Amino acid sequence: MIEVRGLVKSFGLRPVLRGLDLDVEPGEFLLLMGPNGSGKTTLLRVLAGLSKPTAGLVKIAGYTLPAQAHAVRARLGVVLHHPLLYGELTARENLLLYARLYSLGDYADRIERMLDRVGLLRRADDLVRTFSRGMQQRLAIARSLLHGPDLLLMDEPYTGLDHDAARILDDILDSEKAAGHTILMVTHDPAHLDDRVDRVAVLSRGRVRLMTGADAARQRAVDE
Amino acid sequence: MRAFLGAIGAIAGKDLRAELRAKETISAMLLFAVLATLIFSFALELDRAARETAVSGVLWVTLVFAGMLGLNRSIGQEKDRGSFDGLLLAPIERSAIYFGKMLANLALMLIVGLVMIPLFTVLFSFVLFKPALVGVMILGIIGFAAVGTLLASMTVHTRAREMMLPILLLPVALPVVMASVRATTDILADQPPDMWIMWPQMLLAYDVIFLAIAYMLFDYVVEE
Repeated sequence: MIEVRGLVKSFGLRPVLRGLDLDVEPGEFLLLMGPNGSGKTTLLRVLAGLSKPTAGLVKIAGYTLPAQAHAVRARLGVVLHHPLLYGELTARENLLLYARLYSLGDYADRIERMLDRVGLLRRADDLVRTFSRGMQQRLAIARSLLHGPDLLLMDEPYTGLDHDAARILDDILDSEKAAGHTILMVTHDPAHLDDRVDRVAVLSRGRVRLMTGADAARQRAVDE
Repeated sequence: MRAFLGAIGAIAGKDLRAELRAKETISAMLLFAVLATLIFSFALELDRAARETAVSGVLWVTLVFAGMLGLNRSIGQEKDRGSFDGLLLAPIERSAIYFGKMLANLALMLIVGLVMIPLFTVLFSFVLFKPALVGVMILGIIGFAAVGTLLASMTVHTRAREMMLPILLLPVALPVVMASVRATTDILADQPPDMWIMWPQMLLAYDVIFLAIAYMLFDYVVEE
């Protein structure tokens, strides 16, 4: 699903990704870990087509980025640090905006379902600026799933979620994996090394330093 | 094409709906326009001849600076909140984002123009309710919003964007301001159309050229 070869991304003279290689199979759940500044978010932005590679090859579902990014965008569900929402619009209006941008049919039903799925149906007509960080994050997750993407790119999606909301996200990730969708999730927290994770990639200084199975990564985390 | 137009409508609608609720930008633009008009009115009060020659310049300078307040916020807010990435992730032609933002900016400037027509009529004793003058105002505002939205998208990445936008925009928009002022002066002086028709024609050409340039360049402007 994802093929990255020799990816270099520099901002000015400062290289952030330095010849990174990565493969993610269809239906796989890959956890991307690493210290601050290792290039995790930059890699996610390149994969999402938000940032152009300085050098190297990036392919998603057979399409080369950034040249064919347009063909890939409809298949991507992306959760970033910012919730990508508008505070002066209600939760429903935010999803309606994205439904129209993604040219979705039957969007009223989809929006209702997604709001229900993230537990925000009762607050659907409240302005997003009145939401807590956790509620905004839940709505951001609903936004990313609204168009039924088959590749999820998530940057610290558990940020700001309380226990119940984290369980909602757990359920969503389980059902996405069960549906055969590919998931690449960035996290700092080894607690997310759970059963649904297939492999773990550890980034350091702009390269994948370790690629291992989830069981080995869990054992390593326990040992440390 | 339908998806393209739908995306433009969704983005412009989102901006206007959010502005209708917050009323931050339009109130700042209107307040500036009213205050500037009052100050010019008092400054030129005693000199009837100076008022007659200066009124079209005052009208357009006020419109241009009020418009600049709106342009700075239009893209800057999206960038600061991180919501611009949400638009870039959507599977739409990126120029649809430009046209959506441009239409929203255009609507705000037209509202300011609508308020200024009666205000000028009262304070400067000139009848601005003339179809030809309204046509010139629409063409001039379209040109200014077209080039302003493009340049605001370019300067949004710079650190001193509030300073950079006027520095870049004023020279580029000079043909719009010049043609608008000349046409306004002639129309207010009840000159026959043969005397001033070339100015609206020039404005029309400018509008078409800058909209076409923005359509071709916007992909590169928003590239990271």
